[in-house]
Amino acid sequence: MKMSFISPENPPAVIMKGIVKKFPEVMANRGVDFRLLKGEIHSLLGENGAGKSTLMKILSGYYQPDAGEIFVNGERVVFRSPRDALAKGIGMIHQHFQLVNNFTVTENIILGMSGPIRLNMTVLEKEVAELSDRYGLSINSRARIWELSVGEQQRVEILRMLFRKVNILIMDEPTAVLTPQEIEQLFVIMRRIREEGGSIVFITHKLEEVLEISDYITVLRRGKVMSTIRPSKVKEKGGATSTELARMMVGREVILEVGKEPIKSDNTLLTVENLSVRGDRGELAVKNVTFSLKMGEIFAILGVAGNGQRELVEALVGLRPKEDGQVLLDGEDIATALEKIAYVPEDRTGLGSVPDMPVLENFALTLRGRFSKGPFFRWKALERLAERLISQYRIAVPSLNMKARQLSGGNLQKLILAREFAQKPLLLIAEQPTRGLDIGATEEVWQELLRLREHCGILLVSGDLKEVLSLADNILVIFRGQVMDIISTQNEERLERIGPLMAGVRSSK
Amino acid sequence: MRITLKRRVTPLPWTRHLIIPASILAAAIFGAVLFLWLGVNPARAYMEIFNGAFGSPYDFSEVLVRATPLILCGLSVGLAGKMSIWNIGAEGQLVMGGVAGAGVALFLSSHLPGPVIIPIMIAAGFLGGAFWGLIPGFLKARLRVNEIITSLMLNYVAILWLEHLYFGPWRDPAGRGFPGTAMFPDSAWLPRFFGTRVHVGLLIGLAAAVLIWLVLAYTRWGYEIRVTGANMRAAQYARINVTRNTLWIMLISGGLAGLAGICETAGIHYRLQQGLAVGNGYVGIIVAWLGRLQPGSIVLISILLGGLMVGGDRIQISMHVPSAISLVLQGAILFCILGGQVFQEYELRILPKKR
Repeated sequence: MKMSFISPENPPAVIMKGIVKKFPEVMANRGVDFRLLKGEIHSLLGENGAGKSTLMKILSGYYQPDAGEIFVNGERVVFRSPRDALAKGIGMIHQHFQLVNNFTVTENIILGMSGPIRLNMTVLEKEVAELSDRYGLSINSRARIWELSVGEQQRVEILRMLFRKVNILIMDEPTAVLTPQEIEQLFVIMRRIREEGGSIVFITHKLEEVLEISDYITVLRRGKVMSTIRPSKVKEKGGATSTELARMMVGREVILEVGKEPIKSDNTLLTVENLSVRGDRGELAVKNVTFSLKMGEIFAILGVAGNGQRELVEALVGLRPKEDGQVLLDGEDIATALEKIAYVPEDRTGLGSVPDMPVLENFALTLRGRFSKGPFFRWKALERLAERLISQYRIAVPSLNMKARQLSGGNLQKLILAREFAQKPLLLIAEQPTRGLDIGATEEVWQELLRLREHCGILLVSGDLKEVLSLADNILVIFRGQVMDIISTQNEERLERIGPLMAGVRSSK
Repeated sequence: MRITLKRRVTPLPWTRHLIIPASILAAAIFGAVLFLWLGVNPARAYMEIFNGAFGSPYDFSEVLVRATPLILCGLSVGLAGKMSIWNIGAEGQLVMGGVAGAGVALFLSSHLPGPVIIPIMIAAGFLGGAFWGLIPGFLKARLRVNEIITSLMLNYVAILWLEHLYFGPWRDPAGRGFPGTAMFPDSAWLPRFFGTRVHVGLLIGLAAAVLIWLVLAYTRWGYEIRVTGANMRAAQYARINVTRNTLWIMLISGGLAGLAGICETAGIHYRLQQGLAVGNGYVGIIVAWLGRLQPGSIVLISILLGGLMVGGDRIQISMHVPSAISLVLQGAILFCILGGQVFQEYELRILPKKR
């Protein structure tokens, strides 16, 4: 790695001093100092709501700070809009991509830029393609966005920033939506940008990634900087690396090991036989899947996203028709037993909640059957339950009348989990239940799932190997809609084959 | 200087209640310029409009008469809007309600005992509109046909059907060629109050507003409707029967417009004639949106618009201004209120020019 020496001639790329940002209900930044060097990958680590995104939205001009100063390349700057920040070479890639699905890659990249009235698309496409090659992004500049995978769309966002001559790139939890392979590709690209002299701020709460990619780490907690360190320094202290950082993030010891007993019951709860389901484009997304789940068991479906998991789950909960096969829950056709299932969907804002409705009415979504008296709703009774759940699951909600869209991702997920747990279901289907959650919240969710399996069976759909290994009794590895293998977590020898199986490689005997 | 709109993080405090008065004031200032240009004293013109609408009990009763179909049509559009269904067909549903009710009044009333004629006629009005609303409802629920197009096109069908009836088979043989049905028998006239033209339709409209508010806020079904309107996928996730609710909502929505039709017919005209399809169904769309789909606000907006219509008629006669002035003022108010509502969600920031 190139070392950058700081001197008056070569100032850091960014200095932020004493940044304060107040929101009506929370003080997101309480005097944060932050320094980003040229040619550095700097990780910003912290729990949900620690103030990471706020700090970076200030740097990229989306928010204006209430106090504090920003210097870019030694020059004092005041940003009133993202456009001002872009003019200084600072660009941010958000968790939710800002791309027009029906436009081509090149059209998306030039969108919002000034230029001549008549566009020469051929020339622009060539320029975009060259830039893509230079950074090894392998993006077809003429492809339309809807044709691209999530990982590719993210690379279009990167390309858009590079095309605008951004040399300070901020990425807000870029790995949250990626498969393990795509994460590796992203890291290659990030290193390439660093080689070209660019600086990157990497917002995340995944410790392993931070240790792998960063030159520097700043840990934020409750709007304050806890520490600024080099990963090499953390590593010197032996095996304590992740635990050390985790402690700084959450301010208390977090045990990532989850103790669990093997299942006791032998009663089969769910049987899926030769299930086939069609995907959105009519293709067979799930092919002849057969498995069974026992009462008290956590059964995991593990696979890289987009291998039929979503279609499988949607067919089980009645959101998608079955093409073929049979599904029995407790001996009954699942279509007539839907009220015995609770479902925690991966898409929290699109499917699992109504963002524009108050928190209380979001609790009502799946609990409404229990809180009706004739045609009338027992809002008062639901209110009492909601208050109990909020304190039991420590959901940060100042008022039940607050809109769900005002909650942070982690708190919204806790709300959905609390609501679905409260249904006391026979079968709980949890889809990526900890995606986007910090360590503290993840551990709480895991403990809760383990507690809950005493009373029901749990189908856990996850792409997180660690989550699956910590929780599941049996793991079904899915690839292109087919069952690669079903492995018991007691069988350590076979567990080692999970990696290749996820990639579709069956070991030759 | 740069002017930008910024989304509010927290909703406006009590000052949000000032948005509508301020919007009306802005429209009034616009109107004042117009009056000056016409050589009319704006202060006098506004006094005259106000007096024309609210100056005496009788004038105000005329405002309520105008407001009655607007309330029912506004509720019709507003209720469907709560489920994110855009019913543009209130006009046609109103007409079909009038036609169905008129059928009862003209051809069945002689076979029915007196006291049940009016209830049966009103029920027929509801069902006529409900039937007309169910057509786009069914197409949407079962075949995913866009209800905006179908409900709009059915308006023309309904109006042509109405004209066919009063020009053709239902024309009054004693009418000396005048297009219209025979007058309804007295027993099918809606009761009026206090010697004014205010009729039972106003009470039906107010009762419907209260009922809709109660159902939306306090019942499980009302909650399901609101969830479906706010996030269709979440409704499917929560196993809400969207298909069935679509049919019910379009049935009720059409029925409400149908009530407006039979109340106008049996409360004001006492026959089917040309004055039935005068655009109340379309004004209902504006009323619903100005009232932000809230039943209470829909009632208030209807009365406000009714007042403007009545007052506008007054100055047209007394001050000899063109009849269009009333429409221009209506337009200015709608424009300003809709524009003013932006401030509920956004705040205006005026920033100094960039250095």
